[in-house]
Amino acid sequence: MGMYNETVMDHFTNPRNAGEMENPDAVGSYGSPVCGDMMEISLKIEDNVIKDAKFRTFGCGSAIASSSVATDMIKGKTLEEALALTNKDFVAELGGLPGAKVHCSVLSEQAIKLAIYNYAKENNLDLPGLEGFDPDAEFDHDHE
Amino acid sequence: MRSVYLDYSATTPVKNQVLAEMLPYFNEKFGNPSSLYGLAFTSKDGITLARARVAHLIGALDTEVYFTSGGTEADNWAVIGAARAKKEKGNHIITSKIEHHALLHSCEFLEKEGFEVTYLDVDEKGAVSVADLEKAIRKETILVSIMLANNEVGTIQPIKEIAAITKARGILLHSDAVQALGNVPIDVNELGVDMLSLSSHKIYGPKGIGALYIRKGVMISNILFGGGQESKKRAGTENLPGIIGFGKAAELAEQNLAEHIETLTTLRNYFIGQIKEKIDGVTLNGDPDKRLPGNANLTFDYVEGEAVLLYLDIKGISISTGSACSSASFSPSHVLTAMGIPIEKVYSSLRFTIGDFTTKEDLDYVVETLVEVIAKYRALSPFGKENQMKSAQSCACQGYECTGCDCVKKG
Repeated sequence: MGMYNETVMDHFTNPRNAGEMENPDAVGSYGSPVCGDMMEISLKIEDNVIKDAKFRTFGCGSAIASSSVATDMIKGKTLEEALALTNKDFVAELGGLPGAKVHCSVLSEQAIKLAIYNYAKENNLDLPGLEGFDPDAEFDHDHE
Repeated sequence: MRSVYLDYSATTPVKNQVLAEMLPYFNEKFGNPSSLYGLAFTSKDGITLARARVAHLIGALDTEVYFTSGGTEADNWAVIGAARAKKEKGNHIITSKIEHHALLHSCEFLEKEGFEVTYLDVDEKGAVSVADLEKAIRKETILVSIMLANNEVGTIQPIKEIAAITKARGILLHSDAVQALGNVPIDVNELGVDMLSLSSHKIYGPKGIGALYIRKGVMISNILFGGGQESKKRAGTENLPGIIGFGKAAELAEQNLAEHIETLTTLRNYFIGQIKEKIDGVTLNGDPDKRLPGNANLTFDYVEGEAVLLYLDIKGISISTGSACSSASFSPSHVLTAMGIPIEKVYSSLRFTIGDFTTKEDLDYVVETLVEVIAKYRALSPFGKENQMKSAQSCACQGYECTGCDCVKKG
């Protein structure tokens, strides 16, 4: 009936892990208000494992749902496991997004990668999943 | 759950009196008006009455009203037909950046045919400057087309003042009055327009029917070819039930005009007042006074419009981000952008349009729901008073055009 399936609507209306985190170990912000969407992901990391994740998002329904599902999926994962997740995994968990909205899941992936990148840099970690990750680069991604 | 429709600028429900008058023309009085027997004459009489009713609403002669398939066709016909008819005289057209896409895309089409088009800026309230328009006139200017009232922010344009200029210089003046019809008093002679686009489904009539007013003596080229309907100006068998419905809707609009304007203005001002009182960080877009009676276009800082729209929909409330026509084309509003509103605020803007079936209780429910939804999604936003949104950053999607939360492949 509507634009989105029930899973997306559920994550949109009851977003998991929303809000600001006190003393996060890592933060990644991605997107731009100029684009109409922006995500901030905060992580608590202990012994290479993501103990907690929170998000704050300015964006449409699918941006909020993507942030919600992505933060849910990375909780309890090692940094390597979290880095291996892509936007396609988030879209699959949501049961699909309309083509033009797949973009939102890419923002979630980038925000998570950026948070881990910042953490790795600060702690002098060498994470294989971050090879070639450039936080300032334009990215050519598959939106469909 | 309460169901509240606040998107009357997108379309209106057909009023019962209108529907009742239309129904016999589907299966009883169904004759082709061009045929030559009693049944056909009944149809023809119905059209004659409808034309008179539409003409009366805008102070025109019956013979100056030509039925079309809607506002879009009327806009296309006015601009393309006038440009082609006057091309020996010149090739320059003046319009504004906030016109409906039916107008803007017609102008873009004419540019490909060799016409030159000036798209005038608007001020922060969404109004065209008469002085700017006068400056833009060249000796090749053949047509000016400025809408009577804007569909997104409701700003009423100074058409009478513009007409004084175009008339003195022998330039044709067209105005898209689709949103203004039935919402502001219109008299074509007082306004001084040569052409006026009208639509039925914004005034509680059916969809798929509209009209173009063409002043007596003004010649424009046809854009549809076929039979000799509409005094040989608009070919195609008439949309009989549609015309009947449009006629009845026009009659009702004229009868109710003063009360309609007063009621809607009161309700709208109450609605805006309540929102501003109960929610901070809200801005009214457009002109507070010179605006359509039912229009409230508001920016809610730090929340994205489509998210709010989606949540309101769950609560039974129908509204729109920009216009209904642009919501499917994934673009930030060209109207708000032209008004100089920063892009991040454009994404936080919503249009509420009130109509004849809106009650104060409906509005109270919407305000109450808005208080809840704005607080809910502001709490989720990375932006706020301490963390202002910056408009310096650009989009990072290579090869894609970022338009809100949507990405559209370039080219």
